[in-house]
Amino acid sequence: MEGIFIKILGAFLTAILAFVVGMLYGGLRRKVIARAQNRVGPPIHQNFLDLMKLQAKRTNIAHGFMGHMAPVWIIIAAMTVLMFIPILHGNLWFENLTMKGDLIFLLYMMVFGSLGMALGAGQSGNPNSAMGVSRGLAQLVGFEIPFFLALIALMIQFNTTSIAVLMDHQEATGRWIIVDNPFAFIAALLASLGMFRYAPFDIVGAPAELASGPRSEFGGKYLGTMMTGGAVFAFIKLVMYVDLFLGGAGNNNLEGLAGTALGLVELLVKTFLLYMIPVFIGLVTPRFRTEQAIQFFWKWPTFFGILAIVWALYKNGTIG
Amino acid sequence: MSEIKSIGIPTPEEIKQAQIDFAPRCTSAGRVNDKETQGMVEHILNFARKHSLFVVAYGTGCGAIEIPATMTSRYDAERFGIRGAATPRQADVMLITGYLSTKTLKRVIRVYEQMQDPKYVIAFGSCAINGGMYFDSYNTINALDRYLPVDVYISGCMPRPESVIKGFVKLQELIKNGNAGNGEAYRSDLDWYRKNQQKVIKNWDFPDNYNW
Repeated sequence: MEGIFIKILGAFLTAILAFVVGMLYGGLRRKVIARAQNRVGPPIHQNFLDLMKLQAKRTNIAHGFMGHMAPVWIIIAAMTVLMFIPILHGNLWFENLTMKGDLIFLLYMMVFGSLGMALGAGQSGNPNSAMGVSRGLAQLVGFEIPFFLALIALMIQFNTTSIAVLMDHQEATGRWIIVDNPFAFIAALLASLGMFRYAPFDIVGAPAELASGPRSEFGGKYLGTMMTGGAVFAFIKLVMYVDLFLGGAGNNNLEGLAGTALGLVELLVKTFLLYMIPVFIGLVTPRFRTEQAIQFFWKWPTFFGILAIVWALYKNGTIG
Repeated sequence: MSEIKSIGIPTPEEIKQAQIDFAPRCTSAGRVNDKETQGMVEHILNFARKHSLFVVAYGTGCGAIEIPATMTSRYDAERFGIRGAATPRQADVMLITGYLSTKTLKRVIRVYEQMQDPKYVIAFGSCAINGGMYFDSYNTINALDRYLPVDVYISGCMPRPESVIKGFVKLQELIKNGNAGNGEAYRSDLDWYRKNQQKVIKNWDFPDNYNW
């Protein structure tokens, strides 16, 4: 019975952690961009204020049932994926469903949020939304190829599809997968630029061009819910990359609360450093056109993805 | 009775009509967040509203050129939580930056009506206050608050970014005290506004009852 309580509490804890960290990272990004432009910038907690304000709007308009459901769908997809991601390695509180799902299931579930967004945006009838959705799907086709290649390389090399087993392997050998298969990390990192949709790959939202794309007709609490979903998704992506390539977090010998706290600090440091890569690239680059973005993903990232698979086969003993 | 009417004493109906016609619209009653009725929750929410203003800048006149200066590095409006919104659905504040021709007024009204409550309007410059240098023009309106409820006027021709930020700070004060946001008043006094709007907009083709 106690196990169930710990699981439920842990699920709540995971959700709150993902929400707070995701929103704070969004605020940090705005602050970093402001400082780079020699501005003071908004406070780090600005995104929480924005969210509060959006949820406190007195009127909220939805254009039909799917427009009403789309933000909910995004939140559901984000929370479902979150439950299958190991936050801290082997921690009792953050175990959730990490042993039940695998990478293939995650790849499948992570598209669900975009699907809900596409359906909701389609119902709003705004031409900007339709263009944003078509661009988003095109970009998805672009960056998913190197991303899948990188993950398939990991699956071949370590003969497993489970994130938990990959983390166990990294802890047992003491080597991160970034060392074991660097090409997979490069391919996945380049794909993550498209996943985060910051410049130069912000062709979906496209400020000043598409009027925020799929979410142009969403205001008030709908926009707030979408922002929450986006923040949780950002956290999910970062934690997944840290789990897969950077050894995960929480591999310390400390017991109890101290171990969890140390693990969380480790997780925050790793995810923050990883997050700054797309942010800094976004700072200094203009925007690609859609076909340029797809071409980018199908050139070097895909090349590194194929190289990663060859490397995995070589390491695995299948070839060479 | 008829003699009295002929020498100019208005009937009660006429007085009522005059009161409606000449009532100052900026301070119209009927808000939900009066200071007396607002509880602790509303106080906290007003704090959030005050520090998070998404702006749809309707660049009507020359004031549009002041917006980039206000938003970028030198004056940096983002430190107050002021941020550009892409569409009226996401926006809280509409900026009317300069004179409004009757053709533009139609679009401005549609934009205002698509914004979600609580929504605020800031009008820039003399042109929006009394017509400014276009006071006798045949196709610009003179006083914006006859057509839309305005929260804050910023004087000047054009106001510099300092004045713009001052205007935003004034709006923040109003929001904090629960005195800003006339969306409800606009809806309840829609007849009065529609009458004024239809007076200047010749090709009126708004749907009578559409989804806000």
